[in-house]
Amino acid sequence: MSDGARRARAIRAMVVSHMRASYREPGGLFWTYGFPILLSLVLGLAFRSRAPEAPRVAVVGAEAPVVAEKITRGGEVVAKVEARDVAERALRTGKIDAMVITEGPAVEYRFDPTRPEARLAKALADHELQKASGADPKVATKDTIVTEVGARYIDFLWPGLLGLGLMSTGLWGIGFSLADMRAKKLLRRIVATPMRRSDFLASFLLVRVVLLLVEIPPLLIFGRLFFSISVRGSPLALVLTLLLGALLFASMGLLLASRSQNPQIVSGLINVVSFPMYLGSGVFFSASRFPPAVEPFLRVLPLTALNDALRGIVTDGAGLSEVHRPLLYLLAWNVVVFALAVRLFKFR
Amino acid sequence: MIANDVPAVHTRGLVKIYDDTVAVAGLDLTVARGECFGLLGPNGAGKTTTVEILEGLVDRSGGTVEIFGRTWEADERWLREQVGVSFQTTHLQEKLTVREILELFRAFFLEGKPVAQVLEEVRLVEKADARYETLSGGQKQRVAVACALVGRPALLFLDEPTTGLDPQSRRALWDVVHTFREAGGTVLLTTHYMDEAEKLCDRVAIVDHGKIIASGTPAELVAQIGAKEVVTVRLAPRDDTSDDATVETARGSLVEALEGALGVVSVRREPDALAMTVRELHDSLPALLAILAARGESILGLTTHRATLEDVFIELTGRQLRE
Repeated sequence: MSDGARRARAIRAMVVSHMRASYREPGGLFWTYGFPILLSLVLGLAFRSRAPEAPRVAVVGAEAPVVAEKITRGGEVVAKVEARDVAERALRTGKIDAMVITEGPAVEYRFDPTRPEARLAKALADHELQKASGADPKVATKDTIVTEVGARYIDFLWPGLLGLGLMSTGLWGIGFSLADMRAKKLLRRIVATPMRRSDFLASFLLVRVVLLLVEIPPLLIFGRLFFSISVRGSPLALVLTLLLGALLFASMGLLLASRSQNPQIVSGLINVVSFPMYLGSGVFFSASRFPPAVEPFLRVLPLTALNDALRGIVTDGAGLSEVHRPLLYLLAWNVVVFALAVRLFKFR
Repeated sequence: MIANDVPAVHTRGLVKIYDDTVAVAGLDLTVARGECFGLLGPNGAGKTTTVEILEGLVDRSGGTVEIFGRTWEADERWLREQVGVSFQTTHLQEKLTVREILELFRAFFLEGKPVAQVLEEVRLVEKADARYETLSGGQKQRVAVACALVGRPALLFLDEPTTGLDPQSRRALWDVVHTFREAGGTVLLTTHYMDEAEKLCDRVAIVDHGKIIASGTPAELVAQIGAKEVVTVRLAPRDDTSDDATVETARGSLVEALEGALGVVSVRREPDALAMTVRELHDSLPALLAILAARGESILGLTTHRATLEDVFIELTGRQLRE
């Protein structure tokens, strides 16, 4: 048997063992499939596009029934006649958005202008009241309602969850399992065989690539079925992006597990590394929500680049040429992290 | 290829220093091809460190190590094919079955043994498809040894292969060693079970504080302490009212008297008992009994056994092995 063939045989055996071990671990399956699906379901429901709720106002005073009827006529505002003290309490506790007082010559609107809903309620109520009282519109207008796939929160969230999934499966799947192997002296046991150490490390990266092929399609299908999210951009660019992301976080797992004898320390390191990306890399909300001073730091994070590329491809229909910058950036991260991991990794 | 005239293991002046503790303090060892050699000693004697240096897994602080005439520095890749190792404790992949684990290890070696054959040797055929996590301690240890065997090594390192195992697993592992040696293999094992060393090893070395304090065949070592038999006498506590110091003085003078008796090599005090190593039972026993009777000691029990490596160790170090 040639040396190449026997090395390939050893690597293949390692990959098969990792795969078996990971699919026999129910927890692993949950973090791979259950977590992103559950998270997207929960967040997708919470932030789903729904019919806008009509503002609520309370009308008080002598003219209350007439005025309330006029405000309600257009169907844009819900108006109810209330006793004054009841209405005031409702306004204080936010149960209504504005109070309409019909005493004296002018109709009085009582509302908090710092609350956008309150201003909306006042404006709409006033508009409806004027219209029902016979005021003519000065300019003719018409409404066109827009709810387009691609502009919803879930469209923003979904590519970010793919990126987040790559990060956590890479860091935990590789980093923690290596730390565990080191603690159990299994690492050392494997070093005591003729398997090359570099081949051993390579087998971990290979496992991530193989698992990627298994992990991603169900998630894409789920996104399609439940949220009608389809990949609008180049499939090649998507595959390349996922590959670079998966390899990067696998190498990062190797790096974080390269020295420590204690799995607790490694899991601490993984948390320290992943937490800033969890919040700052635009998984749940755009990185541009942070103050401008912080943004350059968030741009440095590899998950930010990965999410930008994924979002570009999935949502904006980008091709390879449009996402080449984040991809090159990810490639650079890959080279640096892998080189460091191989250099620092201790088998003892 | 392995040259015929080189020893399997050859080390001179082996030293290992961890920070401020000396784990191995100048150890010389030669294991011939086809031999089963045992390193004996209490926990912390430096046995495991020595073995791990010989396995090429721990760097030494000084001395030379040759395995089949080669060094780990120059020929690691070749040596890894020749050497099978089993650690004191190994945790293999919990979720894999015994067969899958062995197939994995088999894949690392250029030449190996069929997995089915190894399963048979370690008597785990019926557990072949059980997951590692479901096995008992003894079965797990046999899997670890099987992982060492599946590469068809010429030299097998077994670090405390039977510590804490049930009798059935112990016997199974002893059989594994016999089978391996019948096929011409060399074994270096560590143990703190004297019976194991006597049963398995052609030669043994007693290690204490990182040094070899005695070596030879088990029979030679026993002969070296100049005694063949050990007499253990259990004495009744003295029911007089004298204080502890007086009792202590009485016991001390009793031991002195016994040490002077015919053919007695040494006397050791154990809790509630005295153990006397003697050359010939028929010479010493009457004399010992006479002394005890003259001093009014009443004997609760008396046993004798042929001197073992355990007695050699106690004789040399003044300590029990399993401390």
